[in-house]
Amino acid sequence: MAHAAPVFHGSGRSEATQSITPIRRQQMRIDWNQYDPGSHFDELIATAGQPRAAARGLTRYLRALSDKDLAARKAAAELAIVEMGISFTVYSEGQNIDRAWPFDIIPRVIPAAEWAHIERGLAQRLTALNHFIDDIYGEQKIIKDRVFPAEVLAQSVNFRPQCVGVRPAYGVWAHICGSDLVRDADGTVYVLEDNLRVPSGVSYMLENRVVMKRVFPELFENQAIAPVDAYPTQLFDTLAAISPRPLDYPQVAVLTPGIYNSAYFEHAFLAQRMGAELVEGSDLTVGDDDCVYMRTIEGLERVDVIYRRVDDLFLDPEVFRADSTLGVPGLMRAWQAGKVALANAPGAGVADDKVVYAYVPDMIRYYLGEDPIIPNVPTYLCHEPKSLEHVLSHLDQLVVKPANESGGYGLLIGPQASRKERAEFAARLKADPRNYIAQPTLDLSTVPTLCDGRLEPRHVDLRPFILQADRTHVTAGGLTRVALRRGSLVVNSSQGGGSKDTWIVDGVIDGDAAGREA
Amino acid sequence: MLSRVAERVYWTARYLERAENTARLVGVYANLLLDLPKGHTVGWHTLIGITGSEESFTVSYAQADERSVVRFLLTDTANPSSVLSALAGARENVRTTRDLFPAEAWEAVNELHLDAREHATGGVNRSQRHDYLEQITVGCQRLSGLFAGTMSHDAAYDFVRLGRNIERADMTTRILDAGVATLQEHNDSSGPLLSTLWINVLRSLSAYQMYRRHVRASVNGLDVAVFLLRDAQFPRAVRYCVDELAAALGRLPRAEAALAAVARIGRMVTETDPKTISRAQLHGFIDDLQLELGHLHGAIASTWFPAPAEVA
Repeated sequence: MAHAAPVFHGSGRSEATQSITPIRRQQMRIDWNQYDPGSHFDELIATAGQPRAAARGLTRYLRALSDKDLAARKAAAELAIVEMGISFTVYSEGQNIDRAWPFDIIPRVIPAAEWAHIERGLAQRLTALNHFIDDIYGEQKIIKDRVFPAEVLAQSVNFRPQCVGVRPAYGVWAHICGSDLVRDADGTVYVLEDNLRVPSGVSYMLENRVVMKRVFPELFENQAIAPVDAYPTQLFDTLAAISPRPLDYPQVAVLTPGIYNSAYFEHAFLAQRMGAELVEGSDLTVGDDDCVYMRTIEGLERVDVIYRRVDDLFLDPEVFRADSTLGVPGLMRAWQAGKVALANAPGAGVADDKVVYAYVPDMIRYYLGEDPIIPNVPTYLCHEPKSLEHVLSHLDQLVVKPANESGGYGLLIGPQASRKERAEFAARLKADPRNYIAQPTLDLSTVPTLCDGRLEPRHVDLRPFILQADRTHVTAGGLTRVALRRGSLVVNSSQGGGSKDTWIVDGVIDGDAAGREA
Repeated sequence: MLSRVAERVYWTARYLERAENTARLVGVYANLLLDLPKGHTVGWHTLIGITGSEESFTVSYAQADERSVVRFLLTDTANPSSVLSALAGARENVRTTRDLFPAEAWEAVNELHLDAREHATGGVNRSQRHDYLEQITVGCQRLSGLFAGTMSHDAAYDFVRLGRNIERADMTTRILDAGVATLQEHNDSSGPLLSTLWINVLRSLSAYQMYRRHVRASVNGLDVAVFLLRDAQFPRAVRYCVDELAAALGRLPRAEAALAAVARIGRMVTETDPKTISRAQLHGFIDDLQLELGHLHGAIASTWFPAPAEVA
């Protein structure tokens, strides 16, 4: 399998490492010799005192800041977040609470050349996934050719029989994809999962950059950091491209479950940046002509494209859950009739499943005739006897996950489990092997993170966003999520996770990723 | 524009106008009481009357002393019309229509609400009250400015105009009514005390300076009433608000019912001269005006806002 190691341009651009003048000099500066990433792969610091090439502009700048400066920047960032109202919503005790977005001011840096490689890999992956979804709801050639087992599809909870035979524009079902990437100790970048239903986080990626530009404007002046703000335009273009009516100005709406949804901030943010209407289910109605209309002050107005942030099962109470008040009665009928485009298309989640995930490399080879550019995390499908045998004999090294999310059995983290827990889990595995997958435990990479006034390594992942319709766009970087607790691998914002700005930095001067500081 | 959004925009403007007016009212009233000679009965309870919140006030407070009334009007979140509640309402409405308002407006209203909440104790204490109230009025004005200067003057902005002017006309009639009530109580007294009262009525609407420029008379009850009801140039006079409402309605689709309601108010204001009717009649007239403003709100809501059944 291709190793996704960084590839650096040989062409010299020495001006890229020009020095950046710090604001003021004081005692107690950051000493990168004191920062020890240990056995982990650190995204900024190769080994103590040796920043990676793409991060040198940043580390040199930070080295000249005092602890006090750093604390002041952190406070400025927190203030900006509160003032800008960047929040995520937590619903508890009957009250809707807006929490400030947890943010760490030390960015994650990725060399542009490495990113170009990942970008190709992500586009390749989503292309194959869309071929797969289109095939599954069409001729099912991949099953007939015995590349993908029929029984896996039969078990899929996200397969929607109502979608069979529907042909969305360009054969694209997943228009917006958030793929989670992780880097292991040896530097290899893997895809951990593909979120094809209603992936969120992109607004935080955009807002993180705004905060960083406010707090560290000097850094942006002196380095070639790829901008991220093209996303709303690209999203609008993607949505406009699938409009059933060939209009110059199709009516695009973002369908939100409402203000109590944890991602409401993002729904509003994207609608605003696209100039689209932010609608709730009650704002929409489907007419006898199968067209979707919104209730406006002028009366009813037709909607062409809906970027829906409501799960499949809540979309249309006539077809899915009858008790859903978030959806629109008749919406599926309108979509099947081709009178409205939905992004992502209903049923796209069939490819967002832990077992299906294991087949993505095969899909890439099958549909595209290419080798996967970014590898999957090796995944053992327990329904294969050989794999089951391996999993059972290596339970202490593996993470075992229920394949079918509604199984509700929870997962086993082998290295952390007791002998007794492993024995119990082994019995369950043998009883129902089809319901489980297993993966090696990954040693996630780290990034220096400000913890109690000092920089310490903390584990990160990365969620880039990929858009696809007539064209494919990949965000420059993505949302870096960081586990703020020491040793923790949980990056989820509701469980003590935070986020960082992600920089794609161009102009690395040489291929020496672990070069010494000048 | 979505009906649901139109409703939220309208209420955003109303809440901001309410917060600003209430802050002005408290500021002017505190000032007035310092000027009154000892033994005069004009007390803080009058403010509860003006804002029409006697019922909810007596639920939580034993007596209408300065501290209770100021807390009730400024920072009591149990009072749905307090400055803090109004700002929270405005913030919630902007938060849920962020796709429509300029991004800076969200930051501004968020900041305004946070500041008002954080410094709530300062607002109740006499020594910091002036700064607190000024911060709120300035914050509301900043938002008006942002709306005027950075929002397209489209249907959404017309709903801002509707909310602002209906709330403004309502507040002007309430403050005027309180003045007229005092006029009735002090039927036989005249002179400096009453003049102080009417000056403060004008001040609470930021109308004193413009009154002096445009009305060449001493500050007396009837001239003030004429100015606040019938002036076509002063933005807080009822007549001016009515003209603004009519202009905004004229640009909206399906506005017949609301236009009829606003025309009725316009006729009432132009055809009734406060100088030719008794004080009791004037009080009754102001009551009628408030009822008609209520009808206008009803017409706006039934024409453009989602019907309650649709929302459920």
